[in-house]
Amino acid sequence: MSEFPLLSVVTFLPLAGAIMILLFVRGTPDDVARNARWGAFWVSLVTFFASLVLWFKFETGTADFQFVEVQPWLPAFNISYRLGVDGISVLFVLLSTLLTPICILASWNAIQERVKEYMIAFLVLETMMVGMFAALDFVVFYIFFEAVLIPMFLIIGVWGGPRRVYAAFKFFLYTLLGSVLMLLAIIAMYIAAGTTDIPTLMQFKFDPQWQTWLWLAFFASFAVKVPMWPVHTWLPDAHVEAPTAGSVILAGVLLKMGAYGFLRFSLPMLPIASEFFTPFIFTLSIIAVIYTSLVALAQEDMKKLIAYSSVAHMGFVTVGIFAANQQAVEGAIIQMLSHGFVSAALFLCVGVVYDRIHSREIARYGGLVHRMPRYAAVFMLFMLASVGLPGTSGFVGEFLIMLGVFEVSTWAALLIASGMVLGAAYMLYLYRRVIFGRLTKDDLKSILDLDAREMLIFAPLVFLVLWMGIYPAPFLDIISMSVTNLVDNYHGALAAVDGGKILAASR
Amino acid sequence: MEAAVVFLPLLGAIIAGFFGRMIGDKAAQYIPCVLLTVSALISYYLFFAVALGGDPRTIVLFEWVTSGELEFFWSLKVDTLTAVMLIVVTTVSAVVHIYSIGYMHHDTSIPRFFAYLSLFTFFMLMLVTADNLVQLFFGWEGVGLCSYLLIGFWYDKPTANAAAIKAFLVNRVGDIGFALGIFATFVLFDTVRLDDIFALATSKSDATLVFLDIEFHALTIICLLLFIGAMGKSAQIGLHTWLPDAMEGPTPVSALIHAATMVTAGVFMVVRLSPLFEQSDVALMVVTVIGASTAFIAATIGLTQNDIKRVIAYSTCSQLGYMFFAIGVSAYPAAIFHLMTHAFFKALLFLGSGSVIHAMSDEQDMRKMGGLWKLIPVTYALMWIGSLALAGIGIPGTLIGFAGFFSKDVILESAFAAHTGVGTFAFWLGIAAAFMTAFYSWRLLFMTFHGAPRCDEKTLAHVHESPRVMIWPLFLLAAGAILSGALGYHLFVGDGMATFWGDSIAILPTHTALADAHHVPVWVKALPLVMVAGGIGLAYYMYMVRTDLAAIWAEKLRPAYLLSFNKWYFDEIYERLFVRSAFYLGRGFWKAGDGAVIDGVGPDGIAASTIRFARRASALQSGYLYHYAFAMLIGVVVLVTFYFFTGTGG
Repeated sequence: MSEFPLLSVVTFLPLAGAIMILLFVRGTPDDVARNARWGAFWVSLVTFFASLVLWFKFETGTADFQFVEVQPWLPAFNISYRLGVDGISVLFVLLSTLLTPICILASWNAIQERVKEYMIAFLVLETMMVGMFAALDFVVFYIFFEAVLIPMFLIIGVWGGPRRVYAAFKFFLYTLLGSVLMLLAIIAMYIAAGTTDIPTLMQFKFDPQWQTWLWLAFFASFAVKVPMWPVHTWLPDAHVEAPTAGSVILAGVLLKMGAYGFLRFSLPMLPIASEFFTPFIFTLSIIAVIYTSLVALAQEDMKKLIAYSSVAHMGFVTVGIFAANQQAVEGAIIQMLSHGFVSAALFLCVGVVYDRIHSREIARYGGLVHRMPRYAAVFMLFMLASVGLPGTSGFVGEFLIMLGVFEVSTWAALLIASGMVLGAAYMLYLYRRVIFGRLTKDDLKSILDLDAREMLIFAPLVFLVLWMGIYPAPFLDIISMSVTNLVDNYHGALAAVDGGKILAASR
Repeated sequence: MEAAVVFLPLLGAIIAGFFGRMIGDKAAQYIPCVLLTVSALISYYLFFAVALGGDPRTIVLFEWVTSGELEFFWSLKVDTLTAVMLIVVTTVSAVVHIYSIGYMHHDTSIPRFFAYLSLFTFFMLMLVTADNLVQLFFGWEGVGLCSYLLIGFWYDKPTANAAAIKAFLVNRVGDIGFALGIFATFVLFDTVRLDDIFALATSKSDATLVFLDIEFHALTIICLLLFIGAMGKSAQIGLHTWLPDAMEGPTPVSALIHAATMVTAGVFMVVRLSPLFEQSDVALMVVTVIGASTAFIAATIGLTQNDIKRVIAYSTCSQLGYMFFAIGVSAYPAAIFHLMTHAFFKALLFLGSGSVIHAMSDEQDMRKMGGLWKLIPVTYALMWIGSLALAGIGIPGTLIGFAGFFSKDVILESAFAAHTGVGTFAFWLGIAAAFMTAFYSWRLLFMTFHGAPRCDEKTLAHVHESPRVMIWPLFLLAAGAILSGALGYHLFVGDGMATFWGDSIAILPTHTALADAHHVPVWVKALPLVMVAGGIGLAYYMYMVRTDLAAIWAEKLRPAYLLSFNKWYFDEIYERLFVRSAFYLGRGFWKAGDGAVIDGVGPDGIAASTIRFARRASALQSGYLYHYAFAMLIGVVVLVTFYFFTGTGG
């Protein structure tokens, strides 16, 4: 289709940048730090602008994969290097390329140790994330999917807080099991279908008996990444120990990997099993929404609170995906993107005060509005987006999900709708304790409001949250055809099975 | 033109909010005031063009969401109902804006205040001009946000912060109902556009809908769900607890948001959806009962409160109840009529009490007032006008009377004329509430303005009439409180009603309560007036003649007094039932669920699982609620999983 390998460029530009920084950034420690920062920032910025071409050149009228690139890789095994995006994945590529420069800016002053290595880690991470969303071959996907974890481990483990080793250990333990099972599932699929080509596998009809096992293997991996209740407990620890930018990427992009996996693999390739397990997913997701919202209410650490709120918001996403109709799935994708902006921004908000006071404890703050009106306004906007106020991106996602889910199960819709109240409760309560009240603590009396760099970090996120809330049409246009295709194929596959059953029964 | 009405206030909010520091306090006050006045003038023009000229219109702005069958646009729908709401909202808002220049004179965050006020007006106007349910919801949540911001305007006060959060959360509980109602509407009609829904309403009158595994009459369940939303916003019994606390906000806010406009959004919503509610007798019945109960219970609470603003807040709650039971007997025009008159006289009462509070150096407790009438005579006269309008004084059979006389009486007469069980129930509760309304209104007047001054010397020396910028706007409201009833009667609920409302309100031909209201027996027309006279008389006797009587009666009727004084214990019950248990469960799930069980079994537990398991087993019988709740969750998951593996595997 396209002669110019745009996707490969977007994917590997950051890696190339990382290598350049590794090889050529030399000199005094100050020089190294400065050049590494600027180098990484420019590389990520150029990558972002390159990825914008995807947005502008994307054809909204088709569900086919676009910008497809194929290179033979291991022809003996019928495995090739294959990239491409459709309406479901293209926006996640953009989300990754957008958040990376923001993360680098956010780390500008916060990271003073091993700056060069840190920037390299972030650029490598970006390559892995983009590659993961763009991969159209299972082996390529698997490599990216697992490789994402390496820079993330390092970012938490090297630049993290005091309990970083425990957090990394927990993260590792959870993900390890899932990864092994997913690899087995991929091998099994390869044996059954004779290829690892994702578009082909989407058309392949797997034996229903096998689907259950394959589904469970994928589930083990994706559920941890989402994370779904009860395999979510790694997330609060990872967030708390990670540096601000690490949390931003973790919440903004990495949490979307699991849900993306469900959308890209479980639903289209294993429709029968997906339908079979839908009540199970609903149950876990509803528990996630209610349980983690209540837990968030009791938190005393800002980052933990937002981490728990992420679990609750991702509960909405998983319900939406498995409701498997147009509105719910579109809503789930919008909610994922929205959560990518909003949770990223909320972690950045925590980072702003953490950089100044070096505490995440809620009780250490109070009355910040007196000294930081700009910060209070920005925090307010993202709090409201998190609560799902109409006019922000959070509303569009939640509303479409709940509407779609209502068509499938009114119970599920009612129960996740309780998240509307609980989510508001913990966010308003957090905001009140941090921002409102008298300013009594001495070290807060001289705290400074957002500076120009910080305003620059928040500006694109503010813009996106409002844009997606007020005029989401451009996003929905991109998503729409691919979701229609996914939903139609899903229900087609189920109908085919039911038809077969009816036929068998009538014999 | 239509867009200007809605977006000028938004422009004002943006100017005051983002550039307030740059342009200074003065400009940040005057620019929103001017913009709002312009907006109000245009809405009067629209009222003449649309309502009187019979020319409803819808302006489509741009696409909002398209997802499969679901499609809705940002648009402005102006018909008679909207036009009435437009003038109510913009008039009261303009008055409150101007009044606030004086009232907030000493405040340190003037631009922020005006930004919030104008932003609120914008959302309210988006709400009343919505042509689809989702935009209605947008305005709905937007006014809720502004209410939250304005209640908590003085963010140094912990009570204000708590009240703000409470208001937001209680409203959100109602909003669950609203949201589910929208979803159910979409399932039934495949659209959320009002005009399309109304066109299909009759054809769906026999449809059923399965909700929570129960098969309901579709329109009944839809209306009931939407009504839960209306109950939250309009502070109906059960979801009313936020409104009295909302008085923590500055008084102009109470007048604009918590009396005249936002709290009437629920009434507006149900009237807007009259084509749906008309199809469900059950829903109308529920609306009647809830409305009548609210009118009664809120009035009983108003009898014994000592905070001047809280008395008026409960009065608002009670009057909203009147509007709802009017809706319940299909007297939608009467409900909107009362909504309009109430907006004038209740805003007047609130701003008047604001003038008192301003004069009393921010004292709100009526027990510390008294004897003020000579010192602030203009405010005193205005409060009398407001109270007379609220009580509904007038001469039956003529067009002489205060605004509330026309609107409240037509509601009571409609309830009587409905000749249904619930209608009669509403009528008698309404009559009782009318008595109590008169009593607490004059109790307020007597306690505040008459008798010996009970405040300290310093405060008394300070008492002064408010500046002209605060008094003049009140004259406008006073004019509305006197005249709006007589002027509007013919159009709103009289002979001109059918042509005036046009298609904006639908009433089934069989629902004739409002038409029959004009032909009720004389005693029905006279009874409210008798009750009002009795209420005023009793208040006079208790607070002017035998001033010791109130305390004696409170002692003799102690249980009833306590029930009223403690607001029927709603707050205490909710606090225990919801607030505390949420925190308790949250902490429990966190420490026991995540900490002990999940991490214990999972990552932390692998090494020493045996020892830990033994410890947990004993911990399970700990008697803590959250332990059991957690065990139940696990059980649910196991059961569901098991069921779907074995039960439907084939």
